[in-house]
Amino acid sequence: MPTLGADMEAGTLVAWRKQPGDVLRRGDTIAEVDTEKGVIDVEVFHDGVFDAILVAPGTRVPVGTPLATIRVAGEPAVAPVAAAPAAPPAPPETGEVRPAAAVAPTRPLPTPPLYAPALDALGRLRISPSARRLARELGVDPRLVEGTGREGAITRADIERAAAGEPAAPQVAVPVTPAFAPPAAPPSADRQDRQGHQDRLDRMRRTIAAAMSRSKREIPHYYLSTTIDLHAAMAWLDRENERRPPEKRLLAGMLLLKAAALAIREAPELNAVWEGDRVVVKPDVHLGVAISLRQGGLVILALHDTASRSLDDLMDGLRDLTARARAGRMKSSELSDSTITVTSLGDRGVDAVWGVIYPPQVAIVGFGKIVERPWAVDGGLFVRRIVTATLAADHRVSDGHRGGLYLDAIDRLLQDPEQL
Amino acid sequence: MSDEVKIRQTVLEILGGIAPEADLAALEPDANFRRELDLDSMDFQNFVIRLCKALAVHVPDRDAAQLTSLKRCIDYLR
Repeated sequence: MPTLGADMEAGTLVAWRKQPGDVLRRGDTIAEVDTEKGVIDVEVFHDGVFDAILVAPGTRVPVGTPLATIRVAGEPAVAPVAAAPAAPPAPPETGEVRPAAAVAPTRPLPTPPLYAPALDALGRLRISPSARRLARELGVDPRLVEGTGREGAITRADIERAAAGEPAAPQVAVPVTPAFAPPAAPPSADRQDRQGHQDRLDRMRRTIAAAMSRSKREIPHYYLSTTIDLHAAMAWLDRENERRPPEKRLLAGMLLLKAAALAIREAPELNAVWEGDRVVVKPDVHLGVAISLRQGGLVILALHDTASRSLDDLMDGLRDLTARARAGRMKSSELSDSTITVTSLGDRGVDAVWGVIYPPQVAIVGFGKIVERPWAVDGGLFVRRIVTATLAADHRVSDGHRGGLYLDAIDRLLQDPEQL
Repeated sequence: MSDEVKIRQTVLEILGGIAPEADLAALEPDANFRRELDLDSMDFQNFVIRLCKALAVHVPDRDAAQLTSLKRCIDYLR
């Protein structure tokens, strides 16, 4: 079960879109998973052959639980096995059979007695940074590992045991810290199928609450803002749109998104994720776009390779993302790949928005509405369209000086719109 | 069917597709539906695209922004 955003604890497998024996290509949709954000298409990470199903449709499982095994291209054949979640084949110990969609131990988890995870005074899991890192490397969900260290702390040995499949985790009940109370698991798959709109909304509200509480609790935010003259950008945009048919017109927001993505080259450390005790800077910019849903709530979806795509291509991409987000049809990579988020409250909103960083990211850019204001240029006073750009960034990773350079880079890019 | 009726019906159909939860019967002719139906800039652009296609008209970008109420749509398009 892949992590589809920092706020996700568990998901329900709805249907398999491929069957054992099928040839899979990286990016293929293998399954559909139901989360509080809607039904998500789960994509595969490797080319290979669908080996075996480990989780039956209708089953709700915690994040990190293997859903299926995939035989990676070039490896010896294993007889395909029909769906048999109760008695799956024993995968090899060496790890050449890789689980689909979630980097996780290759064997199904047995069902041990429930236990209470060890929490510290703040309700966080007791686990050392090195054990947490190891868990990540081995694809083990530490919340599902029984700690044997001091006061029940989880050690590296516990993680290694979990990865080898020895100890274990409950399949359905998700032990979590109090701050991350998961959506209540419905008692049956059937009931879940009939889950009402309000129920999904409640779950989405709770998961947003969990992610944003975690952000405010763990991330030392610092905030910057700058006002950007959009005269050149809007004049260019007006000229472009005047000669385009409606379906080819660009939204002003696209220029802001592209500038935010390109400006990363001046402060690459803002395009990163925080992994427990260190920052991992990402080479590609997959801008996370906050999309509000008509029925309430919001999702942050990755607009892949934002810095290298043309404005037209990005516009089509954003239109498609928005439509699918609102229809509840998103892809797993869109939910999990974003590297820095942009939030914009649109042209009917407010002058400025101060974002809350979406963990594990380390920065969020905010754009207010574009407004006309008096603006001084070379000693003269003009009416100009301007926008207030803000940055909230993680002080563990960057300082205000670097953040300021980043906002300044956005400003400079927007003064020369033809290069966007 | 008069132009006015056709425009009105087309506008409501398109709005219904974009904001399926909205009570369009209650939409006043003068009401700003961008505000009433909470249409963001992408929704509004989709509205203009579909309107132009459905009525086979061309609306320049500088005019599109004023198509924000039933009455304005009818006045502009008929």
